[in-house]
Amino acid sequence: MTKPAAKQPDVTPEMAAEHGLSPAEYQRVLEILGRTPTFTELGIVSVMWSEHCSYKSSKVWLSKLPTKGPRVICGPGENAGVVDFGDGDAIIFKMESHNHPSFIEPYQGAATGVGGILRDVFTMGARPIANMNALRFGDPSHPKTRHLVAGVVAGIGGYGNCVGVPTVGGETNFHPAYNGNILVNAMTVGVAKADRIFYSAAAGVGNPVVYVGSKTGRDGIHGATMASAEFSEDSEEKRPTVQVGDPFTEKLLIEACLELMATEAIVAIQDMGAAGLTSSSVEMAGKGGLGILLELDDVPMRETGMTPYEVMLSESQERMLIVLKPGHEDEARAIFEKWELDFAVIGRLTDDGKLTITMHGQTWCDMPIAPVSSASPVYERPWEPTPPRAELPADVLAGWDGDVAAALTKLVSCPDQASKRWLWEQYDSLVGGDTRFMSGQADAGVVRLPGQGRKGVAVTTDCTPRYCLADPVRGGAQAVAEAWRNLTAVGALPIAVTDNMNFGNPEKPRIMGQFVGAIQGMAEACTALDFPVVSGNVSLYNETNGEAILPTPAIGAVGLLDDVMTAVGLAFRAEGESILLVGDTAGHLGQSLFLREILGREEGPPPPVDLAVERRNGDFVRGLIKDGLLTACHDVSDGGLLVALADMAMAGGIGAHLPGLDGRDAGFLFGEDQGRYVLVLKPENAATVQSRAAEAGVPVTPLGTTRDTALTADGPGAISVEGLRRANEAWLPGYMSGK
Amino acid sequence: MKAAVIVFPGSNRERDAVAALERASGTKPHLVWHRDTELPDVDLVVVPGGFSYGDYLRSGAMAAHSPIMRAVKAKAERGLRVLGICNGFQIVTEAGLLPGALMRNAALKFVCRTVHLRVENTDSAFTGKYRKGQIVRYPVAHHDGNYWADAETVKRLEGEGRVAFRYVSDSGADDPLWNPNGSVAGIAGIFNETRTVLGLMPHPEDAVDPLHGNLDGKPLFDGLVEALS
Repeated sequence: MTKPAAKQPDVTPEMAAEHGLSPAEYQRVLEILGRTPTFTELGIVSVMWSEHCSYKSSKVWLSKLPTKGPRVICGPGENAGVVDFGDGDAIIFKMESHNHPSFIEPYQGAATGVGGILRDVFTMGARPIANMNALRFGDPSHPKTRHLVAGVVAGIGGYGNCVGVPTVGGETNFHPAYNGNILVNAMTVGVAKADRIFYSAAAGVGNPVVYVGSKTGRDGIHGATMASAEFSEDSEEKRPTVQVGDPFTEKLLIEACLELMATEAIVAIQDMGAAGLTSSSVEMAGKGGLGILLELDDVPMRETGMTPYEVMLSESQERMLIVLKPGHEDEARAIFEKWELDFAVIGRLTDDGKLTITMHGQTWCDMPIAPVSSASPVYERPWEPTPPRAELPADVLAGWDGDVAAALTKLVSCPDQASKRWLWEQYDSLVGGDTRFMSGQADAGVVRLPGQGRKGVAVTTDCTPRYCLADPVRGGAQAVAEAWRNLTAVGALPIAVTDNMNFGNPEKPRIMGQFVGAIQGMAEACTALDFPVVSGNVSLYNETNGEAILPTPAIGAVGLLDDVMTAVGLAFRAEGESILLVGDTAGHLGQSLFLREILGREEGPPPPVDLAVERRNGDFVRGLIKDGLLTACHDVSDGGLLVALADMAMAGGIGAHLPGLDGRDAGFLFGEDQGRYVLVLKPENAATVQSRAAEAGVPVTPLGTTRDTALTADGPGAISVEGLRRANEAWLPGYMSGK
Repeated sequence: MKAAVIVFPGSNRERDAVAALERASGTKPHLVWHRDTELPDVDLVVVPGGFSYGDYLRSGAMAAHSPIMRAVKAKAERGLRVLGICNGFQIVTEAGLLPGALMRNAALKFVCRTVHLRVENTDSAFTGKYRKGQIVRYPVAHHDGNYWADAETVKRLEGEGRVAFRYVSDSGADDPLWNPNGSVAGIAGIFNETRTVLGLMPHPEDAVDPLHGNLDGKPLFDGLVEALS
């Protein structure tokens, strides 16, 4: 092997600044070490203290989220959150962003985003059983958007399909605010035995530290640092910082790790994600209060002449770091060799509390771990609250021609609402044979726990960024409430949340105010709905040339179904069934899709979220589903009631006679009041449902009956379901083919 | 019926195949590792879906040369029933048990959706419980399912009744608009000369459980159990 230059460059304050450390942060490094850091040490500290790894701007606020509950086995701070699903089963899940790399190189950026989140989940002992994704792209007319959509979707499919984890849902929005910074948030849900969860805290001085998976190359060096700064015109030049994924190796790594986890060999395990070997080794040793010695000559490398700096900062994919119990090396090695993966003992745990790195007979790093891992800088950045939006003017509808059928057709075919079939058909949603509902079939993805009989997990991702921009507090609460509602709408009991906080530059008080507001709203909703946050990820600096994205606190959530076969989808299933609306309709049009798409206005406050009503209505609906009283259920969200009814009709290919809509105004038809559901039931159950609603104090409005092939009411007349379906299906494939 | 499911590095639908076989036969099939050189004593071998060896080089090309496939090939030539599904179809074709090749989908994209198929020949252990001409729904999930063979081979397959399943419209008509991958003559699955080997791209094993909302794959597995028990 070629030896690296025996001498590292001498570190200067300018070099520290180039590594993204502020003068104050560099001063702190000098104080911790009592000397100038070596070049390798500077690289390590700079990634550990990057926004991406240290959460230095967000930590103070994240601590305000509720994270505890009777079902929480492990909250934030580990690789993923763990909740109790009863009978000794645990669900492990997390959502994570891969925004910056996906903009620069969409296929690999999105693919490695999926790979990274899968590793976060199986590193804790879970077999991944479902993937989801929340995607935000720029204006469809922006010259880069089509290319980014194509690349991201192919990347997600290329990775997820090969590893054999079904992608069962997600959401996709378009808005000019994402022109320079798309969002790719990937979520994985896995299942494990509650008494076989693996954690990352190292233990046992002298225990061997083992490297498994792919070899280390020079790819992805400084990926975490890139994800901690704004983009400018030169962002294209950052392509070399994007990692390259190999889903085949990941699939082997999943099987090998799960096989090893069935033995008693593991003390601690962590994937090498952002900042690779650096963050995994520092975090494992730091959590265990120990030191760690790494002998980098033993790291499997795919390139020659790599320096210690490069080995420590590489973000090569599909790698894990494991602390083994002494004497179990051969047992572990045999498993990884069976799966044709690299396996190397690269160091051991020490009692000196230091990170010591040797290579070519020299020491390149000799640094105390505790100050680097836990005493990283924390900032309480200045913030200003978002000013409230004015109410809509009384004559807001004056410019509308009143054509309900035309408005509905336009809404179901607008980029946010149009069918995403073009995209989800590129994802294997069925592998594993346990998928009950996937995208387009229900408000949440539903997957049976493998080999478990009837128990299942419902999964959703939700956020309405236009609400969050207008009122971050309300928008944060709404995102949580909608996730809770979507789980409820399939009949699941909402259990817990993972959050993916995507915002602009936190050094700007206006942006920091959006973050603070969203956290406040989320905390209120999570508390009121007993819906704790158990894992999450923060992505800041989503700005290009000073233009920030819409504040996007994406909420991923899981719910429990005792019997997946009781879950209901959203499609009308038969003619002659009764349709009811649950919840009050004030006709709130502020920030509605109708206002934006039909009247071209993004104005007003978002709809209020009454969490007590949300809970009352949801508990009522869930009870009906559990007792088998509903044949379909759909929450009312983007586009309001008429769009919800159109979704159900299009999915089932059945129309409805809707006297409940006769003569209703735009607010009733298209308003986005919260806490509402459309229920479908056999007519013989109508009396039971009505009396249960009265008992629960839940407002219920009869809307009509499923029938024929059109949605029909006095006023709009008959709107052909097939015509709506065509409009709904046409937009995305047409757009992607260049029309 | 005793069955074995082959597992390659990168197989990912072996669990689905195991579940479908167990559901139909009441017996758990053997899982056989790709490096094994001998098959257990079984009546049926399933080569499952997935991305064997990452589908690197060419889908199924490397798996076709694995030690276990030599054993599968030898026994298939003596009449052992072999069912190759999706990547399994690619593998048994690469191994020479079936003619033709599976190319990249015509639209160049992965496709996962439920398709309509016409059962073209019911004179086999695989299709005996269907009616000839019956329209069934199976899901597909593949990137390389575009079946191709030269005109003479296609003519022979058609003439010898070796086309097992064909992509059709929801009303059962031959219609290229309903062909998910561009396969020649809408071919979704074919038999070998003795109809003891079936390769097909769609997934009957994902249409056997009330959870799947579609039981159209069940007769295939029930028929195998009936024929091979």
